[in-house]
Amino acid sequence: MQFVLDGKTITATPGQTILKAAEAAGVYIPRLCAYKDLIPHGSCRVCSVRVNGRIQAACVQTVSSGAIVEHDTEELREFRRDVIDLLFVEGNHYCMFCEKSGLCELQALAYRFGITAPKYPLLNPKRDIDMSHPDVYLDHNRCILCGRCVRVSQDLDHKNVFQFVNRGLEKRLQVNGEALAATDLRVTDEVVASCPVGALMKKRVGYAVPVGDRPFDAQPIGADIESGKGGVA
Amino acid sequence: MSAKPRIATVSLAGCFGCHMAILDIDERILRLADLVEFDRSPINDYKTFTGRCAVGLVEGGCCNEENVHVLEDFRRHCDVLISLGDCAINGGVPAMRNHVPLRECLEEAYLKSPGVYNPGGVIPNDPEIPLLLHRVYPCHEVVKIDYYIPGCPPPADAIWSAIVALLEGRPVELAYAGLKYD
Ligand code: SF4
Ligand code: SF4
Ligand code: FES
Repeated sequence: MQFVLDGKTITATPGQTILKAAEAAGVYIPRLCAYKDLIPHGSCRVCSVRVNGRIQAACVQTVSSGAIVEHDTEELREFRRDVIDLLFVEGNHYCMFCEKSGLCELQALAYRFGITAPKYPLLNPKRDIDMSHPDVYLDHNRCILCGRCVRVSQDLDHKNVFQFVNRGLEKRLQVNGEALAATDLRVTDEVVASCPVGALMKKRVGYAVPVGDRPFDAQPIGADIESGKGGVA
Repeated sequence: MSAKPRIATVSLAGCFGCHMAILDIDERILRLADLVEFDRSPINDYKTFTGRCAVGLVEGGCCNEENVHVLEDFRRHCDVLISLGDCAINGGVPAMRNHVPLRECLEEAYLKSPGVYNPGGVIPNDPEIPLLLHRVYPCHEVVKIDYYIPGCPPPADAIWSAIVALLEGRPVELAYAGLKYD
């Protein structure tokens, strides 16, 4: 089956998502909530593309034969930049002392989009840090509510450690117990590695790779897909 | 007054790390001294402007009323104003107090924290001390900023290439390796 992506004809298999089909053709569509091996749920909208004129999430939208897909347009780049900007100002992102710097997908997207300053006023919300667990911590300041941990814990670890509570600006991540230490989370669970930012982190391994030598210090996120070496999601 | 373009720099609510990063351009500082004249700056210790400046580099955000006055003075005197570093751009480490009410911050610093000796229980309030703002603001929430060079501190090469671009009349563009938040 074939469809057109930014004027280029791309061959895809039926049922494949636009994101995966583009990726197989060496085109990186930015994404955040999508994660390898997970059923996508299309919540962050960073992967938005226009399909036959309508905006769709490329990670959930499957390819249809002959579809006209626009991806790398100024309109969509600006839309994605805005989503990334909002994620920064809605949380407390102190990249200068964050262990995830250089490995963080949110930061890497901001680098890729050339974001030098927040476009919207900083909200500086008051958020907590859960340090109760012996091997893992959860810093809500950096949580972008992507839902990866919710899904990875359920679908891959077959536990149910994380869930969302409340709505809108009140929405936040809740753990299945008084605090992380009271859940059945183990440091070896897949979920610990799945967080795109520095919210869910292993203790005592920070800065094992020095800042400056980390993957996104060297090359932009998505460069592996664009060079044909395959990506993370 | 010399015909060279003038540069001003200042550290507001910052730690002087960004000024260290300016010095980190190494021997290029000599070329810079050939290219420009330093106006108000901790580098020459001028406390006031002596004339119109082509470029103003601002380190640090605004945490008190004096920072706001100085920043407004920079905006008045500089053709191009650059927010240099994360504190100027998003408040940086000083903005960590933005999650805590100001009164609580002052009590923690002057009354409650370990090692404090303050038998009178007085929080400093001398009129000489600039009043703290209720929160720390990034510079662009106070005046118009033309360019941003993020980083804590920004890479020296990014600072150098930005200054050279402006002196040559080109817009500031950061290479991938020059765009850093850490
Ligand atoms: S999680 Fe990412 S964006 Fe947030 S502070 Fe850490 S490095 Fe920066
Ligand atoms: S903790 Fe991490 S994975 Fe979970 S919702 Fe927050 S940002 Fe996403
Ligand atoms: S909505 Fe597609 S990656 Fe998040």
